[in-house]
Amino acid sequence: MKALDQLRNTMRRDRVFDFMLQTSSLEVDVSHGTILYLEDISVSFDGFKAINNLNLYIDAGELRCIIGPNGAGKTTMMDIITGKTRPDSGSAYFGQNIDLLHLSEPDIAQAGIGRKFQKPTVFESHTLFENLELAMAGDKRVWPTLIARLNSQQLERIDEVLEIIGLQEHRFQLAGSLSHGQKQWLEIGMLLMQDPKLLLVDEPVAGMTHQEMDRTAQLLTSLAGQHSVVVVEHDMDFVRSIARKVTVLHQGSVLAEGSMNEVQNDPRVVEVYLGEQGEV
Amino acid sequence: MLKMLKADRGGLIFLAMLLLIALVVPILNLFTAADNPLHISTYTVALLGKYLAFALLAVAVDLAWGYLGILSLGHGAFFALGGYAMGMYLMRQIGERGVYGDPILPDFMVFLNWHSLPWFWYGFDMFWFAMLMVMALPGVLAFVFGWLAFRSRVTGVYLSIITQALTYALMLAFFRNEMGFGGNNGLTDFKDILGFSLQEDTTRIALFVASALALALAYLACRLIVTSRLGRVAVAIRDAEDRTRFTGYKVEHVKLAIFTFSAVLAGIAGALYVPQVGIINPGEFSPLNSIEIVIWVAVGGRATLYGAAAGALMVNYGKTYFTAALPEVWLFALGALFVLVTIFLPKGVIGLFKAKDKTS
Repeated sequence: MKALDQLRNTMRRDRVFDFMLQTSSLEVDVSHGTILYLEDISVSFDGFKAINNLNLYIDAGELRCIIGPNGAGKTTMMDIITGKTRPDSGSAYFGQNIDLLHLSEPDIAQAGIGRKFQKPTVFESHTLFENLELAMAGDKRVWPTLIARLNSQQLERIDEVLEIIGLQEHRFQLAGSLSHGQKQWLEIGMLLMQDPKLLLVDEPVAGMTHQEMDRTAQLLTSLAGQHSVVVVEHDMDFVRSIARKVTVLHQGSVLAEGSMNEVQNDPRVVEVYLGEQGEV
Repeated sequence: MLKMLKADRGGLIFLAMLLLIALVVPILNLFTAADNPLHISTYTVALLGKYLAFALLAVAVDLAWGYLGILSLGHGAFFALGGYAMGMYLMRQIGERGVYGDPILPDFMVFLNWHSLPWFWYGFDMFWFAMLMVMALPGVLAFVFGWLAFRSRVTGVYLSIITQALTYALMLAFFRNEMGFGGNNGLTDFKDILGFSLQEDTTRIALFVASALALALAYLACRLIVTSRLGRVAVAIRDAEDRTRFTGYKVEHVKLAIFTFSAVLAGIAGALYVPQVGIINPGEFSPLNSIEIVIWVAVGGRATLYGAAAGALMVNYGKTYFTAALPEVWLFALGALFVLVTIFLPKGVIGLFKAKDKTS
């Protein structure tokens, strides 16, 4: 009898099967003004608590800097948001409607979260142009990719992004031959092609000269507004130059949050992080 | 298509040479007298046809290894499965002409005292069904294997080792008489294909031309794939798999599609090989064979497709020569070749020509 009921329930005509629901093509809903919700997230590796009851909210269009000493869990947090690591507990939502914990990395990327790695990672045996072409938003399933052709609009978009990252004259050069700083920019350019709602940028100025750093700061601040940007960075000067709001992570949870000034004057922050380096 | 070929000078040369030998070899075989110095014996034609089947196999491996970064040490399994499917068709064509004269059962089944055909032999008396199986069997195996392996994110050396285990396991299975594939003798003593006797020169020539044609078509298909955006995604996966994943591509699906296609090509190569050499046995599954294929590709030049084909032709010519002249030396020569090529010619023999192109 029970099985019969179950069958009847399954066959109800007003019901939509779970597997029929399209999860990956959902449009992110940010009507409450918040694009990322991380709540009570914990994850441990072999007993070591990398993230401990982390709560973090990012507003739509915001540029947020995340700082913290080594091992504070910054990169692990990014891994969780992008689906690379699954947390032991807690919830992570993109907008109000997309549950990140049940999506794969490519699905999360397609939903609108782009990520720049700590070490610049570009497709070295492709030209810059091809790198941007591959990153471009669109249908990325196997068959559509096989028959994909660039239209004039997309060509224009690639040119536009090449101009934004200032690498037009290198367009047909192999990405592997770029300098370290140029690779960083190319990777940011690839994120732009993906047209994400939220950009996660891990140490964008590591190994850059001061001029390069200034350009990067300009680039990132110009992105905020249309995109939400989360920057993880070690370089305090750089953070000071771009940050409106700073979050300090320590031992896997949020220690302080506020403007750069507030954070710098917070005694706890001075103790665990800034104090460690001697001066602010 | 034309634009694609124009940009691919090496490929054009390769296809032109293929066309040339597909025309010249049959003419020299059929229209010159046996004592003419230009005459090509039927034995040589079959040998060349075998090389072409190997070249097709090498192209298949290059697609997966050179462009996608999957070093498959088990492509011999797909080749052999395609070969067995063709062999089963050829066995069914023997009919009453077998030693035991059974109209349905192949000789080895009569010998084993079997009274009826096992279910998996049904349908192989029809050529179209056998050809379908030539592609479907390796394809399905590659799909299931790849689905399991790629989904668990097995990559690199570990993947190579399990492909090796796959082909080894199949070899052990096919050695068993109870499997119903002729045990260690395999399938042989073929009589005819599509009603044409396999002993006839013209049939040999037809098989040779079919091999050349299949190689050309496979080359073009692979070229289409690697010059498409999907091909660029494949190279991206080869070089930075995580980056590709975070860019929004389902890496597993791309790998699965290309790996399966590559296995199907290997199966077709096997089906062309079997009627030309006249036998298929479990030895074809041996891990050594699969490693040899990788050496062909490395010698010719990875990620060029035509380089792989050229490598297969060169190494196999060397093998034919050495195993006749100095049989003890061959395996050492092969090993030395692999080591030397890896150290001094990382881009293979084709890399030599490409380097010259750039300097001139």
